[in-house]
Order: sequence, then C-alpha cells, then structure tokens
Amino acid sequence: MSILPFIEGEPIAGRQLIGQDLAWLTTRRQAGIERFQKTGLPTQKLESWKYTRLRPLDDTRYLPVDAGGTDISIDTVPSVGDVAARLVFVNGRLRADLSDISELPEGVRFDTLENVLAEDPLWVEANMGSVAKDADQAMLALNDAMMDSGFVLHVQKGKALTKPVEVVFIGGLTDQAIAYFPRNLIVLEEASQATLVKHHVGHGRAEYFANSVSEIAVGDAANFKHYKVQAESIHATHVATVHTRIGRDANYEGFGLSIGGLLSRTETNITLAGQGANAGLHGAYMMRGNEHCDNTSYIDMAVPNTTCNQVFKGVLDDASRGVFQGKIHVARDAQKADGRMLNKTLLLSNDAEIDSKPELEIYADDVQCAHGMTTGQLDTTALFYLRSRGIPEALARNMLVQSFLGDALEEISDENVREVFLDRVVHWLPAHCFLAGEWKESA
Amino acid sequence: MPATAETADQVQSIEGEKYKYGFITEIESDMAPKGLSEDIVRFISAKKNEPEWLLDWRLKAYRRWLEMPEPKWAKVDFPPIDYQQYHYYSAPKSQEDGPQSLEDVDPELLATYEKLGIPIREQEMLAGVQNVAVDYVFDSVSVATTFKKKLEAAGVIFCPISEALERCPDLVRKYLGTVVPMADNKHSCLNSAVFTDGSFVYIPPGVKCPMELSTYFRINEQNTGQFERTLIIADKGSYVSYLEGCTAPMRDENQLHAAVVELIALDDAEIKYSTVQNWYPGDADGKGGIYNFVTKRGACRGKNSKISWTQVETGSAITWKYPSCILQGDNSVGEFYSIAITNNAQQADTGTKMIHIGKNTTSRIISKGISAGKSDQTYRGLVKISAKAEGARNYTQCDSLLIGDKCGAHTVPYIESRNKAAIVEHEATTSTISEDQLFYLRQRGIPQEAAVALVVNGFCREVLQQLPMEFAVEAQKLVGISLEGSVG
Amino acid sequence: MLEIKDLHATVGGTEILKGLHLVVEPGEVHAIMGPNGSGKSTLSYVLAGREGYDVTGGRIIYNGEDLTNLEPEERAAKGIFLAFQYPVEIPGVPNSTFLNEALNAVRRYRGEEEMDKIEFIKMLRAKTKELSMSDEMLKRAVNVGFSGGEKKRNEVLQMAILEPTLAILDETDSGLDIDALKIVADGVNALRSPERSSLVITHYQRLLDYIVPDKVHILAKGRIQHTGGKELAHELEAKGYADFVGEAA
Repeated sequence: MSILPFIEGEPIAGRQLIGQDLAWLTTRRQAGIERFQKTGLPTQKLESWKYTRLRPLDDTRYLPVDAGGTDISIDTVPSVGDVAARLVFVNGRLRADLSDISELPEGVRFDTLENVLAEDPLWVEANMGSVAKDADQAMLALNDAMMDSGFVLHVQKGKALTKPVEVVFIGGLTDQAIAYFPRNLIVLEEASQATLVKHHVGHGRAEYFANSVSEIAVGDAANFKHYKVQAESIHATHVATVHTRIGRDANYEGFGLSIGGLLSRTETNITLAGQGANAGLHGAYMMRGNEHCDNTSYIDMAVPNTTCNQVFKGVLDDASRGVFQGKIHVARDAQKADGRMLNKTLLLSNDAEIDSKPELEIYADDVQCAHGMTTGQLDTTALFYLRSRGIPEALARNMLVQSFLGDALEEISDENVREVFLDRVVHWLPAHCFLAGEWKESA
Repeated sequence: MPATAETADQVQSIEGEKYKYGFITEIESDMAPKGLSEDIVRFISAKKNEPEWLLDWRLKAYRRWLEMPEPKWAKVDFPPIDYQQYHYYSAPKSQEDGPQSLEDVDPELLATYEKLGIPIREQEMLAGVQNVAVDYVFDSVSVATTFKKKLEAAGVIFCPISEALERCPDLVRKYLGTVVPMADNKHSCLNSAVFTDGSFVYIPPGVKCPMELSTYFRINEQNTGQFERTLIIADKGSYVSYLEGCTAPMRDENQLHAAVVELIALDDAEIKYSTVQNWYPGDADGKGGIYNFVTKRGACRGKNSKISWTQVETGSAITWKYPSCILQGDNSVGEFYSIAITNNAQQADTGTKMIHIGKNTTSRIISKGISAGKSDQTYRGLVKISAKAEGARNYTQCDSLLIGDKCGAHTVPYIESRNKAAIVEHEATTSTISEDQLFYLRQRGIPQEAAVALVVNGFCREVLQQLPMEFAVEAQKLVGISLEGSVG
Repeated sequence: MLEIKDLHATVGGTEILKGLHLVVEPGEVHAIMGPNGSGKSTLSYVLAGREGYDVTGGRIIYNGEDLTNLEPEERAAKGIFLAFQYPVEIPGVPNSTFLNEALNAVRRYRGEEEMDKIEFIKMLRAKTKELSMSDEMLKRAVNVGFSGGEKKRNEVLQMAILEPTLAILDETDSGLDIDALKIVADGVNALRSPERSSLVITHYQRLLDYIVPDKVHILAKGRIQHTGGKELAHELEAKGYADFVGEAA
C-alpha cells in the first residue's frame, strides 16, 4: 500500500534517500507529500492540463530506484563533443565511470545534488525552493517528496564557462518499471556565463517515469544558454517542470528538442524580474506513433523594459499529438514590454493532432506583443518543385521538413550545439536519408 | 438605431392608422411574483398558450438548470447572481408608465441620442415617451404591419416566436434547440426554461429576403426581453440579413440578459447576423450595469452555406458571448467580425468558436478589442478541425488596442487541428495609440477626442465594413462616444 | 507675423533651446540650418505645441497672439502647419477621410461652415493632380506602406488643402532623390504668397536651390548663431558648420 498510488512501496520511510540526514530536506519531502495528496495527479479538469492526460500513471506501478539496476553497460553516451565537464546518470544514479568533472575552471561548481548536499548543505538549503517558491504544481510537490538525483551548477560572480557542461540522464534497461526524480539547481551569479546541455535518453523495453524539476536563477547581467534533448524511449513518461528567474540585464536562451517519449510534458515558468532582462524560449518537437508531446510555458514580464521571444515548431506524424500552450503575462506597470510568440506545426498524417493555445494576458499599454500560430501540411508546390528537379519523394519530404524545423533551430546561438541538434533532426526523419548531408554541403 | 431610409419613408406614409393585431394573445396586465420555480415556468407557458410539448421542454430545461454549476472559466468577476430576485414574466409596459415628454427623460440619455444623430421622433420612441402626436403615429406595430405585407408576399415569415407557434408550429418544433441544446450551458438552460419571446424567421427556398430584418420592428419589443430566444431558418438557396440591437443606450430594470440565438442555413443559403449592443454599462464603478450572457450559434447544415456574425459591443457591465459556427456542410463558410470596446469598469469575455466538420470549409475571424479605463477584456476563441475536415481553412486576426495603463487586454485562442491538410493561420497583436499618432492628427487641427476616435475607427475599419451601411455609420459614432474621456 | 523672443525649451529635463530669437514677416521664407543636435526639430515641435517639449522661458507670438499655452489643434486652427520629418502611419484611416476631418475641424474652430462633401472631393482631386500624385493615394490609409518620397508628398498635399499661414517644413528633403525633391519644392513654391510664411528646416543646402529663402539662419547649441541672405547657405556648404559655430559644434 502506498501513499502515492502509482509508486510501489512507501516513498520516504525505509528508503535510502539523498540527504536523508538533513532535517530541512526531510521536512520539505514531508510537505511535498502532503501537498501532493491534497490534489493528486493533475487531471484534465485543470486548465493547464486540459490537453494532456497522464494515462501511463493510471495503468502502471513504478518502483522507485534504489541501488542496483544501474550497472548496465552503456555503449554510447550522447554528447555534443567538446565540453568542460559531464555528469551521467543511469536510472537516477550517478555513473562515475562515465562522468568527468575534473577540469572545471575556478569559480564553477558542477556536481551531483547528492554530493553538494553532503559538502555544502547550507548552500542547497538557501537555494532550493527559492525560484519555485510560490508555485503550486502537483508535479513539483511530487518531486519535493521524491527527489533522488539531479545536479547543481553554480557559477560565481563574474566567472565564465567557455565550454558547455553536459548532463545525461539515461533511463530504461531494467526488468521492471521504474521511476526517478531529478532535482536540478542552477545558479548563475551576477555577470557570469554558462552553457548547459541536457540529454534525456532511454533504452530498452521497460517503462519508466522521469519527473524532473529544475530551478534556475540567472543573476543580473548574467548569460545562460540552456539546451535540452528529450529522446526518451517509447515506453517512457517524461515530465519536466522548470522555474527560471532572470535578473536585470540578464539573458536566457533556452531550446528544447523533443523527439522521444510516449508521453512528455515540459512546463516552463519564467519570470523576467529585472529591467533589461531578455528570455528566448524555443523548441522543436517531432512525434510519431502514439507519442504525445506537451510544451507549456508561462512567461511573466513583471517589470518594465523586458523582452521575450518564443519560436516553437513541430512535426507530427502517425497518430501522435502535440500540445503547445504558451502564455505571456505583462504586469500592470511593465511598460515597454516586447513579447513575441510563434508556433507552427506540420501535420504529416490525418490521425495526428495539434492543440495550440498561444495566450496573451496584458495589463500595461505601452507594449508590443504579438503571437502567431499556423498549422498545415507540407507545401505541395514546393514538394513538386523538388521532385521535378529529380529529387526522390522521400528525400524531398525530408528536405522540406528539415527546412521547416531549421528555422527554429536558428534560434540556437551555439553553433556546435545547433549542428548536433540538426543532426538529431535529420536522423529522426523517415528513410534515414543520409543524402541530406551531401545535399546540405552542396546546396 | 434609426430606421433605414426606406423605412422612414414608409413610416411617413402611414397616417393615423390603427392596427389590430389578432394574433396577440390577450395578456392581462399582471406580473408573476418574484422568483423562479416550476410553477413560474408553468405560468409563463400558460400565459402564452403554448402547446404541451413546449411546456415539457421548458420543464426539462428548468430541472437540468437546477443541477448545473455556474460556468467559472471566463475571466469576468461578478457577485453571485440571485436568481430569485427577478420577475420572470411581466406584461408589456402600459401607457401610463412612461415619461410624458422628452423633458421628463434623463438629460444624459438625451445628450447621447443627440450625439448619435437620432431624430427627435425616434428619441421619443426609444425613451418610451407616451402620447406621441396622433397625426404621426410612429407605432412600431403599424410599421411592422407594412413590412409584414411585403414579407408575406415573398413568403418570408418574421414574427415573434409565440406567433410562430400558432402559424407554423412544426417548423419551430423541428428546429428549436437543435443548434443550442438546452443543456449547453447554464445560461442557455435558463433561457430554455423561461424565455418569454424573441424573433422567428423563416426564409423559403430560393428567396432573397427583400429587406434587412430588424428587431426594431418586432412587435412588442418595447418590453426588451430579458430572455429572448431567436430562431432563424434560411432554407435552400435563400438569403437574409438580420439586424439586432441599438446604438442608443438601453436601460432596463432587469440586470440579467441571457438570450439564445439559433441560426440554421441549408444548402446554398446565407445568413448575415449583425449586432450593435450598447446596454447600460453601469456607473463609473460598473454598478448597476447589465450582465449580457448570450449563447449564439449558427449551423451551416447545407453545402455551400454561409453564416456571418458581425458585432459591435460597447455596453453592458459584463459581456459573455461567443457567436459560433458549426461548419457541417461541405464548402460552408463561417465568419466572425467583432469590435468590443470596454471602458471604465466594464468586463468582457467574448469571442467565437469555429468547428470544422465538412470538407473544404472556411472560417474567418477578425476581432478588434479596445480596452480603456479600468476595464478588462478577453478574446476567447476556438478553432477546431476534426479529422474528416479535408481542406479546411481558417484565418484569425485578433488585435487589441489598450488605452491607458489601468486596463487589460487578453487573448486566449484554442486551436485544435486533427486534419493534416487543414490550414490554420492565427495572428494576434497588441498595441496602443501612440503619442506620435495623436500629435500628428492634432497638429492638423483635429481635437484630441476626435483624434482618438479617428485612430480607433481606423483600427476597427475591417469590421465596420462588414456592417450594413446605416448600422456602420452609427457604429462609428458609437465608437467615438464610448471612448470619451479615455485619453488625456 | 511670427516673433520668437528669447525662447528656452527643455526636453526630458535637458535644455535644448537656450535663448532663441527669430522674427518672420508675412510672405517670407526663412531657412534654418544647423548641425545634428542643434535643436532644429525641437524648435519645430515647440512651435507646434508637442507634449514633452516644455517652454521654460521666452515667448512665441504669432499674429499678435501668445501661443505658449495653446493646444496643438488650436495652433493648427490659427494657421500653423508642421510637415513632419518622419510622418507617422495611421492604419485603417483613408487619407481622404483624414483630410476631410482636419479641414472641417479647423473650420468648426473658426466658426465657419463645414465644406460640402462633394465640393471637398473635387478640391481634393484637383490638388492631388497638381502635385502629380495619383488618386490611389487618397484611398490608402494615411502613410501606411508609403515610400519616403510618398510620405513627404502627402505632407505637401495636406499643406495645399489646409492652406496654413505658417508652414514649418522639418527636414522635408531628408531621404528624397532629386525628382521627388523637385516635386515637393514645386508644391511648396506654389503655395508662396504674401500672406504665407515658411520656415524651412534643413541640414543640406540642396533644397534651398529649389525653395529659395529670403533669410538663412544657422542654429547651433540652442541658439541662432548667424543670419544672412541665401548666399549664407552656399558659404556653409563650402566651409562646413565648424567655422560658423565657433568652438566644436
């Protein structure tokens, strides 16, 4: 019998948890359970979850991850190449053999949450829950209760990471259904700079459930680039909740590429808390089969003179379903806000569905806000044009899809990361047209 | 809303005619007691001599209404409605009730009539002035008669629903409640139980209705209906343009207005429904204003059918309405053109739903929202493309104009597409009237208030062009008046 | 006609005009030239009464009347016209509607009768033709999608219709090629009369070959530093501003 119906066994008592000697953390966990029990899992009656039903959590019971089940041989760990440091987790447990944090520059802390809880618990206590403090989300409460993995990235004032740091979460490859709960803390102090690349990948046939929470504080005049690839296995349920606060004159650039998972939902909350703050929140999603991908975001332009821009493009095939809910809120005195949002989706089959809700909530008048949304299919004229030039249909379709998504990928300012992501896009395309590479070079 | 030029001529040719309208059931001048109960529903039905099936329908709706919760998702804030405080049936205003001359009428009201350019005679009529000079009987009943003759010649039926139940009950029974089912939402449910009257229009096959139909000429419209129920049926290949409402500010002791409008267009038919609404918005704090909760829906049942909704909403303390189109017939077209202006403490949550079901259907949505003062306005729209809706196309443009820093303008569009060949394009922008624009116009000699009106009318131009001409001219004036005092 | 005495004006807290004197008689064309930041546009906005441009000292007398406390539309009604350097767009409002509103607003202010609609359209068409502009422009929304040249011609058309007594041309030549410049200059010259004066504000001498001024003033550091005849403009072109403005401009 469990307090949480879809998790096998007791969530807290009798388990080996990270930071279990810390009273404040235990209190947080307990509070999380209480909050979660009041509401349970979000249902479709909640406006924000209107289009997404956590069906796998109805049908499956997951084992929380303890030791074991992680000594798995991993052949390849995805990477963007030249990185300053890397952390690799398998089913929520660190794999030290695949990780490397030895060459971090001074002023940068990048380590597992578990280690930082052991070495510097006061710092964690001061920072955990600070950005997400007013949030009332069931999945956040669940993570508060169950957090078992995750990392910390802390860059001190004025320090800059010239190469990205990378985190890889690998799930699956077990006999039973498991669940893991990463909690990530990212703090960039004033005028610092960093790039973070996260990979979520899955292998094998087992179902798994990953519920992660990231809290990001971008200090005044700091610059943070946040890239993520969600390539979970087709038996995975991936729920990510991100809370970000951006300070005065600070810059945030985020890009999420979603190409996997049976059911994925990323909910991003950004507060532009200081004048001159800027947020770019972009993404691309490519779904097939019965996959369901939900990108929900809420950007609060809370003070005057902030800007934000969102470009989300997606391709949906077979009977997949995409959901885009983007809300920009301009507060009463937030004059001179400039907020833009664009969502475009290509439907490749008649069973695919897109549900889009680009929302504006504006209380200040001297603002420039706009949003656009389109959905349609591949341009038949363009397709014919390519074929009339001798390009086989399959390749022509892929070229059009690639060109469609390429726009969104242009928002990634780190060239190396962009190349890597573009490569993932190309490899998602049917018939694996490697000719695309040659075409790219020659065109 | 002054009559069209044509009508004014007609009116002038009627001199001292008395009209006897045999169809009106003799109504005793009494009122049902306050409150809502099954007895009241029966009372209403009995007063109107309705057939058994309609009484049953009303009772069913009433019972459903008791169980339904109030809709809470709209972005409007108001104290809970006490349904028991209203009279759900009252006789038409008697002759002794109204003001005796224009001097007795609220001068503010008169000032607005002047600004809107409404002729004196009509001012009297609108204000309910009694004992209007006998030699110029501006009697809506008489005027309606003249039109009735023309319409009858064309085979068009345009009469109150109560009359339609006697003239063509089968038609009413066939279509009533088929576009807006009684339990669609709490307000439509209430309406189904207690509606007192409304328009019934039927255009026979192949007929282009010879004139624009207007609620202005509906018999008994003096008693502005709280719970109006309108049913318009355009048979194959027919056309009708229907005008509802009035630019003149309408006051009513009844605070709650929950109307239902159902439109049905069969093969190759077209219905154009235009509304100009300026219900009393309440005082500067919004107290005492009218709550306008309307359910309007059009079913494009036939192939190549078309339904257009055009609305200019400037009044009411709270507006809650989503005129919608269900595009069932292949090649059918749904349009929604809207201007919503909120000032002072008004609130509006309005928009449309376009449901694409048939093949090659098209919908077009142009929404212009202007918020000023401390008002709050939301556009809420749904574009839904079902899996079989091959070749569906939608274009949506929602623009908000904010005047002043105390108001709010929100856009909440839902786009759900399940057909790959469907093309949906949605754009929304938010802006304000720039200082540069105002200075430019003022430097050319146009005073500030007129400059604001000019810019706003320019902003709304695309929608204003959809209105029948006379309505459009008044709507423009109304736009200017609604924004008085909002800038500077 | 226009007398500016010791005018001080601030914008956003900074003093831009620091004691400007200027006298313009009826029928005269005065050119105001100066380096960037000298206060040329500020002068034109102050004369037109734009909010945010505050007069902190001195007076502006127009035809014996002190303008300082009048609203922009009141000054327009008194005959002041500002041709903007960057005319703004007014979406959805057709040019003809706008001009009709402006003309009638001024008439109403003066207690005159509004112009009959048909007469207005006739007059509008005639003047449009004189300026080699097409009727199309009258239907388009004010300045929306107009090229730089079209916008300037639209300003001149408005001038021709509203018939001001003081026309202030704020860098009317900026962004124009020679052909467009000629058309604009022709339009302005056609309006020259003993009752009408113009202030032509320009950075370059070129425009003054076409609109020949009676007097040329050099405005720098918030004041008129030099005044001369039309030759002054040529001298300026040859030598540059530094010579005329004393210490670094």
